[in-house]
Amino acid sequence: MNLTLVTDRDTDQAVRAASPLAVRGMTVSYGQTPAIFSVDMTLRAGAMTAIVGPNGAGKSTLLKAALGVITPLAGSVTVFGGTMADMRDRIAYVPQRASVDWDFPVRVIDVVMMGMYRQLGLLGRVRGRHRALARDCLDRVGMADFAHRQIGQLSGGQQQRVFLARALAQEADIYVLDEPFAGVDAATEKAIVAVLQGLRDAGKTVLAVHHDLATVPDYFDDVVLLNTQVVAAGPVADTFTEDNLNAAYGGRLTTARADPESVAG
Amino acid sequence: MGAEFVALSLPPIVIGVLVAIACALPGNFLLLRGQALIGDAISHVVLPGIVVAFLLTGLVATGPMLLGAAGAAVIAVVAIDAVRRLGRIESGAAMGVIFTAMFAGGVLLLEQSDTSNVHLDVEHALYGNLESLIWLDATGWASLTDPVALAGLPVELPRMALALVVIGLFLWLFWRPLALSTFDEGFARGLGIRTGPLGLALVIMSAIAAVAAFDAVGSIIVIAMFICPPAAARMMTNRLGHQVAWSVLFAALAAVLGYVLAGYGPLWIGASDSVSAAGMIATVSGIILGVAAVAGPHRTRNG
Ligand SMILES: Nc1ncnc2c1ncn2[C@@H]1O[C@H](COP(=O)(O)OP(=O)(O)O)[C@@H](O)[C@H]1O
Ligand SMILES: [Mg+2]
Repeated sequence: MNLTLVTDRDTDQAVRAASPLAVRGMTVSYGQTPAIFSVDMTLRAGAMTAIVGPNGAGKSTLLKAALGVITPLAGSVTVFGGTMADMRDRIAYVPQRASVDWDFPVRVIDVVMMGMYRQLGLLGRVRGRHRALARDCLDRVGMADFAHRQIGQLSGGQQQRVFLARALAQEADIYVLDEPFAGVDAATEKAIVAVLQGLRDAGKTVLAVHHDLATVPDYFDDVVLLNTQVVAAGPVADTFTEDNLNAAYGGRLTTARADPESVAG
Repeated sequence: MGAEFVALSLPPIVIGVLVAIACALPGNFLLLRGQALIGDAISHVVLPGIVVAFLLTGLVATGPMLLGAAGAAVIAVVAIDAVRRLGRIESGAAMGVIFTAMFAGGVLLLEQSDTSNVHLDVEHALYGNLESLIWLDATGWASLTDPVALAGLPVELPRMALALVVIGLFLWLFWRPLALSTFDEGFARGLGIRTGPLGLALVIMSAIAAVAAFDAVGSIIVIAMFICPPAAARMMTNRLGHQVAWSVLFAALAAVLGYVLAGYGPLWIGASDSVSAAGMIATVSGIILGVAAVAGPHRTRNG
């Protein structure tokens, strides 16, 4: 019994060391009932993983707890086997667009520069190469012409692209995005998918909360079905099944998904 | 004119400008964080602190009053945070609770205690005594380079200058994380910025401004300067650095114009008495805000 326990722990340690981001036993509560309960999640390096689940399932909460944005009741996180504190530079985070004040007096280029905070520090001088990187990141999301616009003047899709450019400026190995396609136009969705797939093809790891079930098989390699607890997790082909979706969404599946035919069986 | 101006008008004007800028600087961030009323709350909760300090020491002295005010401000900040966390209510409501309770407590204490024979009264709390901050050692502009005369400057002036330096250094040093966490707190925390202590530090800077200014100029100017210059500056530009620069300019303008208008305005229109400088400075800052709201180039949002 004792022996198995040790062995299990050793295997899990090896699993976590190989994973870009591994979450164990994560429980978060804002009040009486937990928003997420005892969540395990192991990202596969070089894969695009979707977190899918109904509204209020705790998807944003899971991302925030994994990144240390909020403090969990219980649970641990490893990043490439190390602690979050040591590995923070390797993670880029794109919060939900609605979570910020878009009237804030700041230009597009300034927002992208925020991605370089950990490089620049409190008083580090902004040099030519920093500005060049910011322009390059804007270029990759097709927003180079908007560098000097105030962010409030952009459309929702353009704001989302700027958020992605800020994440690119972090030059991270793991990209964590909260609903990057919510409320964006079709052209922006295509542009963002292309950038994310480009990152994946360059060996980076992508984790995104995704609300459109119809496009999960097209965009993602792996999926985590979440409803407070993990319902199922793994490669899309095995995991994104009718049964698992029903379990995750309960009776709400018919209204939640856009196109039932395209859900992989 | 020279000697009289340097002795009687220059110190209050300089102190007014220092107060205005010291409050407007953190006010920019409070405003963008939707916490503009924190300045209001702090400047009111210092009243009970000052009364308690007076009751304990029996002195109307700067030292005990500053300590009392600072103590009250710290208690208020901690209490607001505690009410917000324990009561699970938003910070605006928490401030409302603490602010009302402490100010009411201060007024009650003031009325119950025998303070009628000193200048510690509600009017003083509101309007301060800016006009009385004169420099008797000054004999003219040359006194500005005379160490002996300089030693006789009203103590409020170096005190306010020190507060401004502390606040300015804080904003300079923490500009990036402050801007970042004000715009996008989640992202800032993801970068490892400790947004909780940073936000608390900002409130403490605001408290330093309010407490240092309170005795000299009263809470009217403090409240006005936390809100009016930053709000007016926001309508002049869409860049944070420029907004802060505009707010400093507006704050200084309000202080100088307000003081001059209070002293000479009534004479110009034929009245014999001057009006309260503090009230006039606050009024001018409100007028600047009004003009910016009507004519500022960036007064409409999202367009
Ligand atoms: N800051 C908060 N305070 C209180 N409750 C919250 C907070 N954030 C989220 N919740 C609650 O936690 C649950 C999960 O929320 P969230 O993680 O945002 O879900 P999702 O992103 O899957 O829609 C919901 O019931 C939500 O109401
Ligand atoms: Mg969410």
